Amino acid sequence: MFAQQIVNGVLLGATYALFALGFTLMFGVLRVVNLVYGFYFSAGAFMALGLTRGFGLPIWLALPLAAVGSGLVAVVIDALLLTRLRRVNAPELASLMVTLGAVLALYSAMTVALGPDIRRFPPQVLSGQAVELAGIRITDAQILILAVTAVLVGGLVALMRLSRLGLAIRAMAERPDAAGLMGIDTGRAAALVSFLSGSLAGAGGVLIGLNFNAIQPYMGEAMMLRGFVVIIVGGMGDIGGAVIAGLLLGVVEVLTAGYVASDLKEAVAFAILVIVLWTRPQGLFGRAQVRRA
Amino acid sequence: MSRLDISGLTVAYGRTEAVRGLDLSVAQGQVVCLIGANGAGKTTTLRALSGLVRPRAGRVLLDGADITGLRPHRIAARGLLHVPEGRQIFAELTVEENLAVGAWLVRDAAEIARRRDSVLTRFPRLRERLHQHAGSMSGGEQQMLALGRALMGGPSLLLLDEPSMGLAPLFVEEIFAIIAALKAEGTTILLVEQNASAALDVADYAYVLETGRVVLQGPAAEVANDPAVVAAYLGV
Repeated sequence: MFAQQIVNGVLLGATYALFALGFTLMFGVLRVVNLVYGFYFSAGAFMALGLTRGFGLPIWLALPLAAVGSGLVAVVIDALLLTRLRRVNAPELASLMVTLGAVLALYSAMTVALGPDIRRFPPQVLSGQAVELAGIRITDAQILILAVTAVLVGGLVALMRLSRLGLAIRAMAERPDAAGLMGIDTGRAAALVSFLSGSLAGAGGVLIGLNFNAIQPYMGEAMMLRGFVVIIVGGMGDIGGAVIAGLLLGVVEVLTAGYVASDLKEAVAFAILVIVLWTRPQGLFGRAQVRRA
Repeated sequence: MSRLDISGLTVAYGRTEAVRGLDLSVAQGQVVCLIGANGAGKTTTLRALSGLVRPRAGRVLLDGADITGLRPHRIAARGLLHVPEGRQIFAELTVEENLAVGAWLVRDAAEIARRRDSVLTRFPRLRERLHQHAGSMSGGEQQMLALGRALMGGPSLLLLDEPSMGLAPLFVEEIFAIIAALKAEGTTILLVEQNASAALDVADYAYVLETGRVVLQGPAAEVANDPAVVAAYLGV
């Protein structure tokens, strides 16, 4: 029973990690807290729903298409809302308020267009079959979550650490002006980062939709709160920290729901956030940033 | 012919005009220095040339082509490389990665390897610290990295903003020796410096800026002997 809870927690946490990864990438590179980010999560889930229900696509095809679609939505929204603010070097509060207003408008527009009800994937999308290993049940949705998370996290780390493009993104994250002086087109790099983070959110939305088989417009809102917990606990802009903190949060939530009370799981998540902020404001894994002139 | 030709350059931050109607040119292979007090508009001039700020008026020609108001990466692609004030190295990247970012515009791997080798020969300290985070180095080493990073891009015109600022005397000497060596190899340089006497020593031609305007210009040796310059900047 306990081992089963841990497995469920890790798999739930994997989707949290995926979601938070895109959020931390956006924050770390573009230096903006974009509250519309949660909307990309809902958008990804609904795109996959439409593709499977409306066009009868299998999930292995619907998932990458939905991820790409959410990435494109993110590029457009970032260009419309934030390019201008970046150009005039607007204070952080400005982007916070602009994106808060935008995301509330987007959620309510989505609710009007698609209805507030909880939607489900068509039955043929996932067989609901499960494998049993040493008494632990793992559903095919959970196997998909694990595989997709592993591929995307591995791909992102490889892109950032091993490729020329990743190097340019890391340089831009630290000093956008100097990166421009080296010939890096910072506008295009910013669009690429928006695309990547929107795609991660969208993929996370599809996976959570599959895990609980429940999709509704405001699902990104609840996720956003967890996103904040994960990137703050993991250290802002830290990829490894986001993955570990995401997994931890999933395990803590599942254990709280299983052994204490289901309604308390969010309270526990925020208690952790507050304690971390009190004791280690740079995050559990984040390094204190020390720079020389 | 002129590598760089600036006419009537005016740059403003809000209502304050930091540079007012500047005319300046740099010939191929020359080292030209810009001297003046803090706030005279030297750094702003360089920032306008490399596209970090958009000029309010005026025209900038690089090798005869108009680059006024282009974005920084477009200007860098034309060979104008700017080593900014305060060095602006990527502190969280390694020395090697900083050099790789400097070669962003170079596509040919063999050419990158050749330039990297020549930079590391010029700055042996960087070779020792290749895998170290750039932010962990001393100010002088960081300045060498900033120079090396720009050289990776193969500049046709190098802008240097206060390369000796805040450095220990030994490093200052080394930096000016490097500028002299670059000049001997034919690199065209526009140099901004507080250390006017060292700058006038290495330069061919000099401009003196006061509150955004050129108040004196001429061959560096003549400017160095101008009584007003001696009194104001050479501190005899």
